[in-house]
Amino acid sequence: MGKIHNKETFLSNIAGNLGRERRTEGVERPVWKKQPQQEVFAGASPVELQEILIKQCETIHTSVDTTTAADLPETLHQVLQQFGASSAVYWQDERFHSFSLEPVLDSLPESMAWSDNDREEMTAFAERAKVGITFSDITLAESGTVVLFSAPGKGRAVSLLPEVHIALIPRSTIVARMTQAAEVIHQMREEQGKVPSCVNFISGPSNSADIEMRLLVGVHGPVSAHYIIIEDA
Amino acid sequence: MSIRISNEPFDKRVEKGINDEFMRSAVSGAQDRLEGRKSDSTAELGTWEDWRDHAEEIRQHTLDNLDFYLQQFAENAAAQGGHVFFAETKEEANEYIQSVIKKKEAKKVVKAKSMVTEEIGMNEAIRELDCEVIESDLGEWILQLDDHDPPSHIVVPALHKNKDQIRETFHKKRGYSQSSDPQELGRFAREQLRKEFLSADVGITGCNFAVAESGSVSLVTNEGNARMVTALPKTQISVMGMERIVPTWEELDVLVSMLCRSAVGQKLTSYITGLTPSEADDEHAPEEFHIVIVDNGRSKILGTKYQSALQCIRCAACINVCPVYRHVGGHSYGSIYPGPIGAVLTPLLEGYENNKELPFASSLCAACTDACPVKIPLHELLLEHRRDIVEHEGGGFSEKMAMQGFAYAASHPKLFEFGSRSASPIVDRFSEKESGPGPVKLWTKIRTLPSQKDDRFRDWFAERERRKNDGENS
Repeated sequence: MGKIHNKETFLSNIAGNLGRERRTEGVERPVWKKQPQQEVFAGASPVELQEILIKQCETIHTSVDTTTAADLPETLHQVLQQFGASSAVYWQDERFHSFSLEPVLDSLPESMAWSDNDREEMTAFAERAKVGITFSDITLAESGTVVLFSAPGKGRAVSLLPEVHIALIPRSTIVARMTQAAEVIHQMREEQGKVPSCVNFISGPSNSADIEMRLLVGVHGPVSAHYIIIEDA
Repeated sequence: MSIRISNEPFDKRVEKGINDEFMRSAVSGAQDRLEGRKSDSTAELGTWEDWRDHAEEIRQHTLDNLDFYLQQFAENAAAQGGHVFFAETKEEANEYIQSVIKKKEAKKVVKAKSMVTEEIGMNEAIRELDCEVIESDLGEWILQLDDHDPPSHIVVPALHKNKDQIRETFHKKRGYSQSSDPQELGRFAREQLRKEFLSADVGITGCNFAVAESGSVSLVTNEGNARMVTALPKTQISVMGMERIVPTWEELDVLVSMLCRSAVGQKLTSYITGLTPSEADDEHAPEEFHIVIVDNGRSKILGTKYQSALQCIRCAACINVCPVYRHVGGHSYGSIYPGPIGAVLTPLLEGYENNKELPFASSLCAACTDACPVKIPLHELLLEHRRDIVEHEGGGFSEKMAMQGFAYAASHPKLFEFGSRSASPIVDRFSEKESGPGPVKLWTKIRTLPSQKDDRFRDWFAERERRKNDGENS
């Protein structure tokens, strides 16, 4: 349990300025008059959403492959070669096992599944690994975004420190936009009483326009991003 | 830094701005690009006006129930191990942040871009402790290396600098020897800052939106520095303006979507990160998570005719369409919050005394109001300010401003037409003077003055420091 400082005076002052008594309970969100976010790509089929996603990836400087569950190990192998990857860090996540990806990763000169136990060592490895590999928990077609929920074994640094981020995307995770992901997280809060400590919405590689408004790809995070869509998963 | 970035009088600042040719062409180029990208990305939605109505309704409901949502947020954050400090003043906020840094015996702090930490002058407070504080947003880092040059835009802080100036700064301060190619400059910054992220003791961020239902803090970035700052150091501090909160993740979706499209024309920026304190030791969450909620003058705006100014989500869309900002640049406003929203907000947070010219630095063309994704009636609030200032100062002040040329509208027939239709008594008065030694003359005069390029704000930091030593507020 954390500490809260100065709450009463601070909030009473707000209520006073609003010209009323403190509200400590009973406030409900109104039924919003308009909700245009619900209409975006409403009724699009999974195949259509995949097309929207792939098209958006052009805009966000992200390369994409499509494959099947059976071919995924071979596809991943090729993508790793394409990036000249001799080292990779990936999540400790049962999906790497269920898609039979461990042999591909073990065949690299250096690879390591994230472990929560040794933070310093894992961070140092992630920092020098060429590639970080994650699975998308929810994928947003509109913005080309992979949504990653933190959990034991799913280190934040895997999608952040290596030069290349490869995200594996089961087609069943693709939704229209952030709206559907927000609903899932809201439901988590309602049903489980909490949300993951870190939810990352990642759309392509890192970039900046801070120097003369020119696009720089790859500032602090990955310089390249690559998505592999698994069409039958 | 505090809200104020200059001790010079308004007309001097404007004079400098108007004579800085690189800055002016950079500003107009950036405005055109950002505004173009925003228009494209809002047009493709087809329902932009519905989005604006929805966003406005969310912001109004949240502000009307702000005490409730802040309480819910604080309790949820604390229930999961987060520490929440409510700070009435900037001094209280800085003292708390200092106390955390002292307790951790921290020697190095890395920081993601945050306007509210600029507003409270947090960096200076941290440096008093003999602790280094490093800006990690590329634009902010450039400004920090260049002897703390103040930001001139809230989204693109180093907009007023060209790549050769940046190369020179990197060379002088960090021994950089490569070209002024932005890619090379960017790579150099990446290498330099990577070391800082990995060796920092404390990471400090702002907060784009807090989420009340889960006690979460969200951060919207493109570079990934906010992720570095929150994934690597063992202690995290997030500083938020008290109004930057939404009820649930569902409203977060709407406001983040509005922010990304309005600020940079992206559907979503590269990274939207939602961080929630966590007692379970899953992966490498920070061991300690502190959240500082800052009032610093905001609460006295609540319940007044200016309350809608607190709807602001800091997207800079109003800045990117403002014809006055285009001509005078960000530093002319003398505030870390420039442009139309700055001209509304700065006097509210800081008082009129040093800022009474700002509401007159507007043509009242209403482009800002039309651009605002949360429908703040910016030009109407500027008019309210003018009325209040005239009430305090008497009519002479507005006349003086008119004579100084801030009836910019008068030189632009279309804008002028709008201004006079909006029935401001002040603008009406300009029209009578139009044929006399009118406003346009001063603008012309200013433009032909000798260039003051070398002068820029090189004395700014020294002056600031001196002021601080003299015991004035920093």
